[in-house]
Amino acid sequence: MRTAVTVRGLTKRYGDVQAVGGIDLDIHAGEVFAILGPNGAGKSTTVEIMEGYRTRDAGEVSVLGADPGRPTREWRSRIGVVLQTSNDVAEVTVRETVRHFAGYYPNPKDPDEVIEQVGLSDKAGKRIRQLSGGQRRRVDVALGMIGGPELLFLDEPTTGFDPEARRQFWDLIQGLAHQGTTIVLTTHYLDEAEALADRVAVVAGGLIVAEGEPKTLGGRATAKAKVSWSDEGEHHTLETDTPTRTVLELTHRFDGEVPELTVTRPSLEDVYLQLIEPPA
Amino acid sequence: MTQTTARTSAPAPAAKQPSAIRLGLSRAAFETKMFFREKDAVIFTFAFPIVLLVIFGSIFADDLEGTGLNVSQLYVAGLIGSAAMTGFQNLGIGIAVDRDDGTLKRLLGTPLPRTSYFIGKALNTLVVSFFQVVILLAIGVTLFGLKLPSEVSAWLTFVWVFVLGVIGSSLLGIAVSSLPRSGKSASAVIAMPFVVLQFISGVFIPVSQLPAWLANIASFFPLKWMCQGFRSVFLGDAGATLELTKSYELDRVALILGAWVVGGLVLCLVTFRWKSRRDG
Ligand SMILES: Nc1ncnc2c1ncn2[C@@H]1O[C@H](COP(=O)(O)OP(=O)(O)O)[C@@H](O)[C@H]1O
Ligand SMILES: [Mg+2]
Repeated sequence: MRTAVTVRGLTKRYGDVQAVGGIDLDIHAGEVFAILGPNGAGKSTTVEIMEGYRTRDAGEVSVLGADPGRPTREWRSRIGVVLQTSNDVAEVTVRETVRHFAGYYPNPKDPDEVIEQVGLSDKAGKRIRQLSGGQRRRVDVALGMIGGPELLFLDEPTTGFDPEARRQFWDLIQGLAHQGTTIVLTTHYLDEAEALADRVAVVAGGLIVAEGEPKTLGGRATAKAKVSWSDEGEHHTLETDTPTRTVLELTHRFDGEVPELTVTRPSLEDVYLQLIEPPA
Repeated sequence: MTQTTARTSAPAPAAKQPSAIRLGLSRAAFETKMFFREKDAVIFTFAFPIVLLVIFGSIFADDLEGTGLNVSQLYVAGLIGSAAMTGFQNLGIGIAVDRDDGTLKRLLGTPLPRTSYFIGKALNTLVVSFFQVVILLAIGVTLFGLKLPSEVSAWLTFVWVFVLGVIGSSLLGIAVSSLPRSGKSASAVIAMPFVVLQFISGVFIPVSQLPAWLANIASFFPLKWMCQGFRSVFLGDAGATLELTKSYELDRVALILGAWVVGGLVLCLVTFRWKSRRDG
């Protein structure tokens, strides 16, 4: 499997704040990788170091085989960047802007197709200043993908989206992933990471506290299940590695329906909240 | 999402990067489009020198003894000097705002060469200054009896003073754009030195009427020399007696404007920041 991004021992400090405290990452070509964590966890710092925006204090970083600390034009034309915040709005239309940016790249995508993909076809002739926040965010995404990048970075792309816009955005990202684009996205929405990512790294306090496929995150797949039921009005709960056997036994004991039977495993949210909890 | 089979990874063929000059022209067209669509800024940029010319030219309409010239013609030449220095103000403020609102950061994430960004700014400035000069000349000729020179040599002088002046003051503008702490404070920070320079460089008040120490300070900056060069073009030999040294000193004008182009370039290279203070 080809590697798109390798990070080893990455650190970055701002004054008293250790924004990144020693991070290792391997992101494979073609996967959707989510960096999930609360505000201030160090997501943007990490991603902007990979994008060649910020310097690092220590560690090794390789993005598409090159050190982002020394970005070249060729390297830049192979990656796409959607920053967390952009407030630049001008009196130019969506179409004019996307076309203009397409000119920066050796192999750009078709501007009208990209505008269509981000769902702005009916706004293509509108000036960016007249767009809503969510629509401007789609322009950001259009500009990030116009160069046909092999690797696309998205820093909290859906913050401020309404549920429908998020759903459409997820479809867009899944579409890009199917075309072979490697995607690195940061988010503080758990459901977003779960819906989009092949693998997730959970970051808190500048460190990776868990990493893996969403469904196995934090040992969720192997965690003990909880079986609860009630017996003559009294509530019982049992934590077990073998919930099926427990249910079978209960079925025999009650000779049929078990009253108020539930079998649960910790939700991703339970796991996540536990992971990002600062050490007491 | 876990299925990875449908993804095709097509390594992009090594395509040629677009030329930096062509992208500079594309930036210039884009910047100029944005400039002319900011209606209020356009009106202000063009109306300001016109209003000043009409006011000053009407208040001080006296004849200048023994020259066959009048004071308002002096103002036309001075305000053309100001117009050629618009780049200082436009770029000083414009780039500070670009840095603050994320425009620069967004461009930095693309393969756009940095030189193309500056070519775009420079050409945009030339266009704006040129229009200002044309308008000022038209008003000078129609309202204040300004006579356009007929000799080719005078127009040659005009061209080199204009070009050196615009480039020198634009470079100075790019350098000072790093001074304001934010885009919001930029216009206040940049406008002050510009107004002061206009008062001590002979735009509104003939240099011969200034105390020597002020005139000395002014002679370090390009505006005084630009105004002097433009007086030589539009007032001709008759006006030379009004100069401090009874001569337009065109050789010194060339020397000092040339020095500012070189010095301004060095200053830009030393001071220019792509990132705002809060980007680590
Ligand atoms: N340019 C900066 N200057 C000072 N502190 C910073 C800077 N950028 C980030 N930080 C600090 O580093 C920590 C991590 O920030 P960031 O990477 O933006 O987190 P996230 O993107 O996960 O919200 C925060 O405590 C933040 O205040
Ligand atoms: Mg962030």
